[in-house]
Amino acid sequence: MNENNSTKNTTTVIFEILRYNPETGEKPKMQEYNVQVYKGMTVLDGLNWIKENLDPSLVWRSSCRMGVCGSCGMFINGYPRLACNNQILKISNKKLQIKPLPNFDIIRDLVPDLEGFFQKHKSVKPYLIRKDIQEQNLPTGEYFQSPDELTNYIQFAYCIKCGLCLSACPTVATDERFTGPQALAQAWRYNSDSRDEGSDERIKAVHDEIGASRCHFAGACSDVCPKGVDPSFAIQLLKQDFFLKTLKLRKDEKETHVIPTAKKYVPNPKIPEAPKPTVKK
Amino acid sequence: MKVERLHRKNNLGLAGWIRGGRYGLERYAYTLHRITGLGILLYFLLHIFATSSRIWGPEFWEKTMDLFEKPVFKFGEYLVFVAFAYHALNGIRLFITELGFGMGKPQRPVIPYKNAVRRQRPLLIVAMIIAFVLIVFGGLDFYLLGN
Repeated sequence: MNENNSTKNTTTVIFEILRYNPETGEKPKMQEYNVQVYKGMTVLDGLNWIKENLDPSLVWRSSCRMGVCGSCGMFINGYPRLACNNQILKISNKKLQIKPLPNFDIIRDLVPDLEGFFQKHKSVKPYLIRKDIQEQNLPTGEYFQSPDELTNYIQFAYCIKCGLCLSACPTVATDERFTGPQALAQAWRYNSDSRDEGSDERIKAVHDEIGASRCHFAGACSDVCPKGVDPSFAIQLLKQDFFLKTLKLRKDEKETHVIPTAKKYVPNPKIPEAPKPTVKK
Repeated sequence: MKVERLHRKNNLGLAGWIRGGRYGLERYAYTLHRITGLGILLYFLLHIFATSSRIWGPEFWEKTMDLFEKPVFKFGEYLVFVAFAYHALNGIRLFITELGFGMGKPQRPVIPYKNAVRRQRPLLIVAMIIAFVLIVFGGLDFYLLGN
């Protein structure tokens, strides 16, 4: 630990962490650690400190330590949060209960099994689908998109796949098969993208009996999302789109066109030439 | 090589419905909506049974009708009304929101994040106020003004 920290004011916070090792065959149990916490210390810092100083056998998953990679989702004091994104003293100055994300299998200690989660993500075809595959593979230019069209989906494109929304969702709690807020939000992210033409291909994966219609808008996913993705909103928009299109109340989106790249550079005569560099090589 | 999986199941199950404590109001509404829905379904089955009891003769019919005059059943009937009022009003809110209305438009995610659940909350509050008024007046009608 950094020496500077020892001079700062610290508080003792009890970390109560769920321990589970599949190889011993024991049931999961809670283990307590006393951690000296300074102001600004995140939960992830606390876990690192425990691993360095108290118990090297503690296992969790983390990477970027700044809320970008989405590896360190944990169930902290009864609420799914990113360990790196939350300061200990802002949650509690006495006790911190840390469990692995619920609704996922536990691999070990605080590590959830996200494989099914990524399968669900893949099932909705989260990529741009174009009818003209030739153009997509060997592009001759960029697809046109206005800033307004970007605003339509950019919020949903911020997903970091941390899995917090699935562990907050009450429908996933009782029905594992439910595609889940993350995957459905990604389906809408691509459906609402003006460059995409694959919403018909996604219908099968998105609007089946375990798809968007299983969402009953409990809104917990949007509450816990650390990136402001608002999955529940995306699912409702997905339903609205399906409803309006089925009743033929909404026209299909306009197709985007490719902006051809300029073939030859023609300088603008109104712009004066840049001065010659003063530093010689 | 196939790896043997020793993962431990960690689904919340029904507890996931009940422990709505740290999430928003809508998660409570979700649980209550399901419970009242099941309650109304249970009432419906009882109702079918009670009205079909006439086929066992007029005496049996009279007996069942006497049974339903008891205060317990009257309170039960009132609970069915409460469930109906809540389920109907919250259902109307869900009709509106699940069809994507009343929640604004997608925005760029700027901290502090605002989500559509917060934007539709006035709808929930209005629906709950109407449901509450219905429940109070229904109670008055059941116990004071009726008969």
